[in-house]
Amino acid sequence: MSTSTTTLLDPTAETTPVERALTPRKASLEGLTVGLLDISKPRGDVFLDRLEEHLSRRGANVLRFAKPTFTKPAPADLRHEIAATCDAVIEALAD
Amino acid sequence: MEDEVEAMFDRGWTDGLPVVPPTETRVRAMLDGTSRRSDEVVALMPPNLAECTVEKVAVNAVLAGCRPEYLPVVLAAVEAVCTDEFNMHGILATTMGIGPVLVVNGPIAERIGMNSGINVLGQGNRANLAIGRALQLVVRNVGGGRPGEVDRATHGSPAKLSFCFAEDEAGSPWTSLAVDRGFARGTDVVTAFCGEAPRIVTDQKSRSADSLVRSLADGLRSAVSTRTVIGMDGMLIVSPEHAARFRDAGWDRARFMEELGTHLEVEADTILAGAGGIEEGLPGGFAGMTLPKFRPGGLLVVHAGGPAGLFSSVVGGWVNGSMGSEPTSREITP
Repeated sequence: MSTSTTTLLDPTAETTPVERALTPRKASLEGLTVGLLDISKPRGDVFLDRLEEHLSRRGANVLRFAKPTFTKPAPADLRHEIAATCDAVIEALAD
Repeated sequence: MEDEVEAMFDRGWTDGLPVVPPTETRVRAMLDGTSRRSDEVVALMPPNLAECTVEKVAVNAVLAGCRPEYLPVVLAAVEAVCTDEFNMHGILATTMGIGPVLVVNGPIAERIGMNSGINVLGQGNRANLAIGRALQLVVRNVGGGRPGEVDRATHGSPAKLSFCFAEDEAGSPWTSLAVDRGFARGTDVVTAFCGEAPRIVTDQKSRSADSLVRSLADGLRSAVSTRTVIGMDGMLIVSPEHAARFRDAGWDRARFMEELGTHLEVEADTILAGAGGIEEGLPGGFAGMTLPKFRPGGLLVVHAGGPAGLFSSVVGGWVNGSMGSEPTSREITP
């Protein structure tokens, strides 16, 4: 029996993702600022319009955002703007 | 003792097929295939935007089964797809079954033994398959792009394993794809196109260029969907026997593209939402218009395939331009 070992080089990026705790769930929508992010797929606005109605009725302030295109990640500036102005965000697919 | 092939499956390094163990000896030999420094950062690899060095590309090229002389092509392909205009992140993440289709031009293709002839899109050629596979393994291993995670493809496609081939330049009646895209003749170039799996357009009866160009246009009209126009690109892979009809007629690439374009005009009324009882389609504002199937420059034409067979192949694209993916070419350097 051979006892030799083979060393293989790692094909991955050898990075460890940063893990962050989820933000605590909000007890109420009253007075919260909720961002609605439209990823710019067809009829995303139909879905988000309806969500906005429901959220507003429950006392939330709704801010609307949209990605320039659904095919690419949201630009950093947009992500920062949402983080700076909203207590919560809902990102919506559609079609 | 751990079986090394099984160990690589267990670590998630493979695309579902066994890979070649990346020993230090093999990786060193692979790095001899390029003059670039091993620690040079080639690109930030989506989706994790991880720094991708020449060495990491080499390790994945070993996994994929590449020979060292293929490495410059893999490096150029990595550079091409990791651009904002090609948008590898979106191509990986989309539910649509599309992936990077690589076309290689220039003398390097023959020098490293790539196939541009019989069964060009099929099995049997190490260079074609390993180069395409190496790119996908870099996306998987360095970028962290795996099916069921950021990769959300509904069906995916066999092309997501490897879709890479060379153009048959010597037998073509036309200038090559790379020359058409602005490179000097004789330059080694890889072009990345975001595409579906290929499908065949059969025409075994046309003997005139005029008949065949209409027939090919018919085949192209259904790329992605007959209901999509302008917003999605396409690729047409013309076989030698089909290309011969255009050579006989004296049609150069420009004439062929012009004639093809005239037969790819679509009456918008036939593809409006609701037309023919189909809800998918264009908004009513397009009524009465005549529209091109492809935007200017949105159809890439390549000459490849075996010497016999009256078939060409169509590869449907994806959302094009700044909204999606732009075909992207890079010179292959030693």
